[in-house]
Amino acid sequence: MTRIDTKFAELAKAERTAFVSFIMAGDPSPQMSADVLRGLPAAGVDIIEIGMPFTDPMADGPAIQLAGQRALEAGMTLDKTLAMVREFRTGDNTTPIVLMGYYNPIFSKGVDLFLAEASEAGADGLIIVDLPPEEDSELCLPAQEAGLNFIRLATPTTDDKRLPKVLQNTSGFVYYVSITGITGSAEASAASVGPEIARIQAQTDLPVCVGFGIKTPEAAAEMAKVADGVVVGSAIVERMARGDSAEQVLAFVAELAAGAHG
Amino acid sequence: MTSHAPNSYSAGPDAQGRFGQFGGRFVSETLMPLILDLEAEYEKAKTDPTFWAQMDDLWKHYVGRPSPLYFAERLTEKFGGAKVYLKRDELNHTGAHKINNVLGQILLARRMGKKRIIAETGAGQHGVATATVCARFGLECIVFMGATDVERQKPNVFRMNLLGAKVIPVTSGRGTLKDAMNEALRDWVTNVDDTFYCIGTVAGPHPYPAMVRDFQSIIGKEVKEQIMEREGRLPDSLVACIGGGSNAMGLFFPFLDDEDVRIIGVEAGGHGVDDRMEHAASLTGGRPGVLHGNRTYLLQDDDGQILEGHSISAGLDYPGIGPEHSWLNDIGRVEYVSATDREALDAFQMCCVTEGIIPALEPSHALAHVAKLAPTLPSDHLLVMNMCGRGDKDIFTVAEALGENI
Repeated sequence: MTRIDTKFAELAKAERTAFVSFIMAGDPSPQMSADVLRGLPAAGVDIIEIGMPFTDPMADGPAIQLAGQRALEAGMTLDKTLAMVREFRTGDNTTPIVLMGYYNPIFSKGVDLFLAEASEAGADGLIIVDLPPEEDSELCLPAQEAGLNFIRLATPTTDDKRLPKVLQNTSGFVYYVSITGITGSAEASAASVGPEIARIQAQTDLPVCVGFGIKTPEAAAEMAKVADGVVVGSAIVERMARGDSAEQVLAFVAELAAGAHG
Repeated sequence: MTSHAPNSYSAGPDAQGRFGQFGGRFVSETLMPLILDLEAEYEKAKTDPTFWAQMDDLWKHYVGRPSPLYFAERLTEKFGGAKVYLKRDELNHTGAHKINNVLGQILLARRMGKKRIIAETGAGQHGVATATVCARFGLECIVFMGATDVERQKPNVFRMNLLGAKVIPVTSGRGTLKDAMNEALRDWVTNVDDTFYCIGTVAGPHPYPAMVRDFQSIIGKEVKEQIMEREGRLPDSLVACIGGGSNAMGLFFPFLDDEDVRIIGVEAGGHGVDDRMEHAASLTGGRPGVLHGNRTYLLQDDDGQILEGHSISAGLDYPGIGPEHSWLNDIGRVEYVSATDREALDAFQMCCVTEGIIPALEPSHALAHVAKLAPTLPSDHLLVMNMCGRGDKDIFTVAEALGENI
């Protein structure tokens, strides 16, 4: 059981939808992102996704691309991201943390070393955008052995024939990408996403969270009706970009969380 | 297509799209079903004689193939060593080897019923070739080009516009080829139903590296026939420049199993291959990593962040290289060297006045190495260099480098 599994068990008992928020490690500065990170659980965040900045985020829209650039310019590295998780864990030992990003910085560090340090730092799961099931031996299987969840993306192009392959080595939860496109783009409607979530739920016992393009508390509330969890990233990152203080960002996160929790 | 013997250098990639540890399919889930479709369609086309008949017809009548294998008499005299032949792929329609591959991919797109074609381009040669073939077949064409490159390659941008293509300047990252490729992938993820991504080099997720190589292999196949006709034997060495590496792969591939043929790839050494990292020599100055769908040698920092690289030639200015080259490097079948901006400029000028051929800056790198190598070889040594593009597009860059105002 990871903290993710424990959290979903608690939420299921309370009949609550999970609210999952994304911030980029080191954006706009290591200090500011650490301040926001520390405040997320009190703002109502059930699961925290922390972006590991990368120069070439090919699945991300402008908001998260720029967040990564700001973080890299501020000197963020993979090791500093892990240090940020370690620091967070000194004050919070229950809120699950999922590290999200691209494979190259992990491959560059060395898979075994990364997994050992990520576990030790207190991360619970990984979402690595450019590792489909076809490349499971690279990181997915070693991660599961190291006790980390490997959370897979399912998308509108994942048809019924392919879905079992996508679900096979997934753990923690399934992240349903509500649109064909990049992060922070057009919003999908709960009406169109609902049947897709149901299609996935029919083939797995894992919780299904939905993300990409959810920007407001209202949209979060709508999506919460059809999914086990709602993910918001770009909308929060945009608040960081425009220079909001940590308090202002956390107030917005609290509105989103209230929306998702109903 | 010929069938490959086991243990052959030309048997790759395997079913997972790997050449040794290199290659693979490192893409987001949204794209996986698309590249699996493409692979299935390509496998069908590969063994379909009507597909190749169509390719041969277009290669002959539209592109102007076969391109000549030219004995460069005056360069040979100048070097005073090996007998130097130039494979004249710069005489192709659109002025470079790029169109060999574009034709294949566009015919595939038509078989798959795709109506919207996207491409990335650096110097603009692949963009121009894609715009050309799309015009020929009445397809919508969108070319992603780094904003920096749009600025330094204006004539090619105008050419693409004349051909009816839409050029989208990419401002993300630093606005060069790698950012253009990121943006093309983002477009593809967004427009999955009607769009075909026409990649310009032997990189990207499987099946692109193998597919682009197969389409470009026409270069090496022709060289084999032409040199047998001229000299009655195979060449002793082959030389080609490498950015992503498609012209080189096209020349090299049919010769990989001819172990007596020495094969040399020339990367862009920029200001010199050292720890300033002001070059684009992924093999001589990089290490393995994962980018744009494949594992290959990359220019990267200690944290695994991708570096920009530098070359005077926009077409070689890419921080990666095709995965098959990475494999050929590691097993030692192909030698990889580099030539600097300065050396390429010198070779460019020498070629103009010695052979009456204005080469592109890309093959000028290959020629710079030939200039070093040929004098050390005996006069019965047959050396074939791929003249993969013409230099009309580069005259402004060269003028600037020489301090001339035109």
